[in-house]
Amino acid sequence: MKYYDKLIFELSHPGRSGFSLPNCFEGAGADTQQTRATLGTVRGGTVSCANGGAERSEAVCGCLIPQHLKRESVLDLPEVSEVDVVRHYTNLSQMNFGVDTGFYPLGSCTMKYNPKINEEMAAHPLFTGLHPLQPAETVKGAQEVIDDLDHALAAITGFKHFTFLPCAGAHGELTGLMLIREYHMARGDSARTKVIVPDSAHGTNPASAAVCGLEIVVVKSRPDGLIDVEDLKPLLGPDVAGIMMTNPNTLGLFEKDIKEIAKLVHGCGGLLYYDGANMNALLGAVRPGDMGFDVLHLNLHKTFSTPHGGGGPGSGPVGVAESLLPYLGIPKVSGFHGNFGVMMRAYAYILMLGRENVKNAGPYAVLAANYIKESLKDAYKLPIPTVCKHEFVYDGLINDGGHDDVPGATTLDIAKRLLDYGFHAPTIYFPLLFHQALMVEPTETESKETLDAFIDVMHKIAEEAAKDPEILHGAPHDTPISRPDETTAARNPIVKA
Amino acid sequence: MLERIGVGSVADLYSDVPDEFRYKGEYDLPSAMSEQEVRDHIEALGRKNVQLKVFVGQGAYDHYVPSVIPYITSRSEFLTSYTPYQSEISQGTLRYIFEWQSMVCRLTGMDVSNACMYDGPTAAAEALRMCVASTRKRNKVVMSTRLLPHVQQVVRTYMKYPGIELVAVDDVLAELGPDVAGVLVPSVGKHGGIQDLTGFADKIHEAGALMAVYCDLSTLAVLRTPAEWGADIAVGDGQSLGLPLNYGGPYVGFMACLKDHMRKLPGRIVGQTVDKDGKRCFVLTLQAREQHIRREKATSNICSNESLMALWCTVYLSLMGPEGLRKVNELSSAGAHYLHDRLMATGKFEDFMATRTYLNEFCLKPLCDVAKLQKALLDGGYFAALQLEDGTVTFCVTEKHGKAEIDGLVKIVEEL
Repeated sequence: MKYYDKLIFELSHPGRSGFSLPNCFEGAGADTQQTRATLGTVRGGTVSCANGGAERSEAVCGCLIPQHLKRESVLDLPEVSEVDVVRHYTNLSQMNFGVDTGFYPLGSCTMKYNPKINEEMAAHPLFTGLHPLQPAETVKGAQEVIDDLDHALAAITGFKHFTFLPCAGAHGELTGLMLIREYHMARGDSARTKVIVPDSAHGTNPASAAVCGLEIVVVKSRPDGLIDVEDLKPLLGPDVAGIMMTNPNTLGLFEKDIKEIAKLVHGCGGLLYYDGANMNALLGAVRPGDMGFDVLHLNLHKTFSTPHGGGGPGSGPVGVAESLLPYLGIPKVSGFHGNFGVMMRAYAYILMLGRENVKNAGPYAVLAANYIKESLKDAYKLPIPTVCKHEFVYDGLINDGGHDDVPGATTLDIAKRLLDYGFHAPTIYFPLLFHQALMVEPTETESKETLDAFIDVMHKIAEEAAKDPEILHGAPHDTPISRPDETTAARNPIVKA
Repeated sequence: MLERIGVGSVADLYSDVPDEFRYKGEYDLPSAMSEQEVRDHIEALGRKNVQLKVFVGQGAYDHYVPSVIPYITSRSEFLTSYTPYQSEISQGTLRYIFEWQSMVCRLTGMDVSNACMYDGPTAAAEALRMCVASTRKRNKVVMSTRLLPHVQQVVRTYMKYPGIELVAVDDVLAELGPDVAGVLVPSVGKHGGIQDLTGFADKIHEAGALMAVYCDLSTLAVLRTPAEWGADIAVGDGQSLGLPLNYGGPYVGFMACLKDHMRKLPGRIVGQTVDKDGKRCFVLTLQAREQHIRREKATSNICSNESLMALWCTVYLSLMGPEGLRKVNELSSAGAHYLHDRLMATGKFEDFMATRTYLNEFCLKPLCDVAKLQKALLDGGYFAALQLEDGTVTFCVTEKHGKAEIDGLVKIVEEL
């Protein structure tokens, strides 16, 4: 990776451009090739578009907009050629690390390999040109993709049907909570305004509940990392809409008291929400629908291999048990049918693996996680030593080179040093239960050699911390930039060029 | 590996799962396919779709897609990365988001933009939530019924559960009062008409509320900007910036506001700073607004957004520049007005809009049997004349459609 310092605006040169527009209004019945010829574009360089047709169209457009409805200010967009654009963004891409670059053990994010056939199918021209409001009889193929995916996800999770409108995991959480509220409202049970969220939950859980107008009640975890059932009991009552659970939870632990929790929550009239961010661990092993959950969301961009795209697009379909089926169509949470392109990728993934292989994803992911966990417990604090699922949490180094409770090397230092060695860092400082949390999720798509290489590097970093923590404090050393000044960024925000 | 872990089998790794929950069945899924079989299968499904010439907009516009864009956005380093938490190895993502924020600000005239939202409708809903959060003790919002139907639907959903009172009316200014936190109006109405928002900002601000404008980014190359209308918040969809129709998604919402409201803005924001060695670099900033820090006190629950689609639009705007974007509007508008003239000449429609103040989308009152009209158009390979709730039919033309295609559409109507 090499540092490249330009912004696209800084490449701008007046009069330069990179577009090639058809001139649809020059000459009656002119075919595309003729109009292209008329336009006289030069691909890859500056483009000259001046011709009678364009001027005429400008006249049409210009005189039809009254002056007071027209833009006044000059539009200062970059003026760059096609080759400028391609080189600029290619250079930007080379400062980025993706799953295709290397190992990405980011906990709770399930950074598994994204098969390329998925991309090819998502870009299939027989689907990409469909308008979302086209009549049903003209989109039968697209609808079949959605129906097949609905069926597949139902089979894998043990739920009845899904809505595909949510565009991401948190969006799914919000949708699921709306369904829970619809359920209670339909029964005239309008006093249920509280939702129980474990202290180990993803931050999106309480945030989604707040957006849904629910009050958040926190249930504590026991020292072994599982929900404290005794702490839960007094929280239950006629004002509880439900509980949001992640199982396995964010510590990578299976909530084995789930049967009792389900009984208690259902007993007080509440419902159980399953946060599917950690569903990868359960592929082939457990169906959330069988554990008593009423509603769940899945992250197709985690469990079903669709790429994260630097933060999206994702897809967060929400599945329901029989009791919530009547409400599934009510919350209209996005504009059209959800992120169809992402659904297509997940569909291709499931078709490729098939019933023979989908069931292996969970066990292999769990195997990889436990292998790393056991391999590094000599150097890293392992607060919860029991068998983990797809991920686990270390609480910093055992010998961090520090003294008297002052760590010589922190989790941040370890994370930054990993970047020097060509690995993405694990999730850090989450969950909030441990001060130096390092949350590692390797996924099933990594070879033993990759896992071993990571383990070796983590050992090496532990040695460095003990001998010369300065190396870690200064890390990363071999990346396009060193540690950024985040304080100044927040204090004096510069958020546009 | 099992030896290192100290278990006898992979199954033992699930020993903590009560046996009654262990799934012992076979998933009801098709058998594994080879790549070629997947290709054949999807191709066969694709053939069940009907490929149409699209002459409907209503929030999804069939613009031309420059070939550079999918080439850039499919670069693995962009495509397969996560949210840029580790900024030292995410400068590519952070820089393009910063560029996108800058372009959104330049198009809308606003001071600050976030990294993006799911889509236009959810951005609109979040804008009204932001109005409630920004004004004290006001819990009522007003939205114009001139907004596109899908925007109104999503706003209704988002307001319902937290109990925010929502009024949907044509005359939004008549609803202003001491309890109104925000007003959402479109810059282009669902019938295609360019809205005259003269005086809106003053009246809304006098009443102590915030003004949010829903707009199409592409059209802001020629239309008065939300900032020029005096708005506090600008939201909308970026789909018209060269994103394929894709049966409705992924698209990308945008959200921008004046500086005063920056700390109430939902979602991620990228800021410029320097690294230890003084080099210019970019980071996620103002994170004290976000769910991973503030949990239930966050400005929104949004986490993943539509980052790659923001890259798509950023590359589009770079290629187009101010000149290209203006031309897209002019060509689309010229086509729409030409189609309008020709359709009126068939005698099968009546004008619905008082003036022809529209860009690429317009509505007509049908004087013929709409079902028959739509069927004839479909049979001829056109998706056009979608009927709105008020009975009018909507048409949209983009620069993708040549005169020959428009004439073909008119011919079908003439022969009806």
